Amino acid sequence: MIPESFAQGDSLIHTIDPRLKIISALLYSLVIALSSSITILFAGLAISSGLVLAARLPIIEVLKRLSVLIGFLVLIWLLMPLTYPGETIRGFSIIKLSLPGLILALQISLKSTAILLAMMALTATMPLGTLGHALRKLGLPIKLVYLLMITYRYLFVFEQAYQRLLRAARVRGFTPGTNLHSYRTYAYLIGMLVVQAWSRANRVSNAMKCRGFNGKFYSLLDFQPNPKDWYFGLLMSFIIVTLATMELWNHLDIS
Amino acid sequence: MESSRHLIKLRNISYQYPGGKTVLDQLDFTLTQGDRIGLVAPNGSGKTTLLHVIMGLLKASSGTIEIFGKERRHENDFAEVRRRIGLLFQDADDQLFSPTVIEDVAFGPLNLGKSKQEALAISRHTLDFLGLTGFENRITYKLSGGEKRLVSLAAVLAMQPRVLLLDEPSNALDSAMKARLIRILQKLELTYILISHEFDLLSQTADQFHTMANGKIFKDEHEQVHTHQHAHIVGKQPHKHL
Repeated sequence: MIPESFAQGDSLIHTIDPRLKIISALLYSLVIALSSSITILFAGLAISSGLVLAARLPIIEVLKRLSVLIGFLVLIWLLMPLTYPGETIRGFSIIKLSLPGLILALQISLKSTAILLAMMALTATMPLGTLGHALRKLGLPIKLVYLLMITYRYLFVFEQAYQRLLRAARVRGFTPGTNLHSYRTYAYLIGMLVVQAWSRANRVSNAMKCRGFNGKFYSLLDFQPNPKDWYFGLLMSFIIVTLATMELWNHLDIS
Repeated sequence: MESSRHLIKLRNISYQYPGGKTVLDQLDFTLTQGDRIGLVAPNGSGKTTLLHVIMGLLKASSGTIEIFGKERRHENDFAEVRRRIGLLFQDADDQLFSPTVIEDVAFGPLNLGKSKQEALAISRHTLDFLGLTGFENRITYKLSGGEKRLVSLAAVLAMQPRVLLLDEPSNALDSAMKARLIRILQKLELTYILISHEFDLLSQTADQFHTMANGKIFKDEHEQVHTHQHAHIVGKQPHKHL
């Protein structure tokens, strides 16, 4: 269901301290999200692509993940130029292409693609367990971290439970349609899943108690920063600061 | 027999499920150091309930529970019990909740206050003992059913318990995995109670048999004469079985 196909790898980026990758990804995304200059956004797209290449991610899989975004962007390219108020560059009777609308669509496309690529290269290149521990080390409350990790762990179990229930319905001739019987069946299915989740949670909690759990989690992972982490950190800081300065400079220029 | 060898002593234990069904009714039971008890009883006769009462996961409505020479009543009493008695759950998915195998196996030792290095060393040793060398960084949900079962056993053993409670450990295991489990249990030299329906497993791993009926537990000591029916081709011809 979640194959984590980017998590395993031996590229340089895979070996960087996870905490550093998370912070870099966050700050970098923030700067890109707040920038409006097309030049900076193109630079961002180039840098993000560079990161993806450096992580040696399988390009086909990267494009597959991007395609989800692209569907959404197509919609924006269709709607924005036609609906956004402002200077018209071309018009046929009631259809008017607005320049600000086009620019906005371009900005949104560049930003979202650049951020998604950077996230793939930086945060998807670690297993979710590592992500959880790194977030913990960065000060995220332990409850949120374990909510994330236990959700991740049991998502698969519930996926299986759901499929099992659905199969059980199907082998007895259930074909979904738009009728009350189908809705009722789905309601039962979901209800059953909730009940199963509840008793599963009880059993897991019991199993944890049996192994001496007393509300405190310990982590086995040790993160030891080494020279290449420092170089990577320096490089990312340089990129982030440069982009941010350029953007601020643009704003000062205009005013 | 001196009482110090009695690890678990249950007296007059009763338990009703919410809704009224009495599962355990004035049950008496003693587990002695070195016992390897096979518990065979029909579904719904209260086997799992009994194990959960011993662990303090379910609260008996009457009776006294004495474990390791001390009466156990409250949650705190059972916290200590759980450190020294290992319960292997029926469903391994309940037991493995950490992302990787080593984290899950080390979960118990870390809770016992071991340092990270000690916990890792114990966990590796336990995995080696069960023939799971190299499983450290495997993702728990991606393991096969048999591997999940062995890893959850490793997680229990890593706490170095004095007593094991095994709830249908051979459930849904193929014959190769079952043979492996039998070898492990024979190697363990621990006191345990083993719930199972499989006589080939029990005959090789248990010294005595208990059964449950009407909310009580009995020792089954007598060999019963019984007949088997079987069928094969040319069965009508006079023949011998070896």
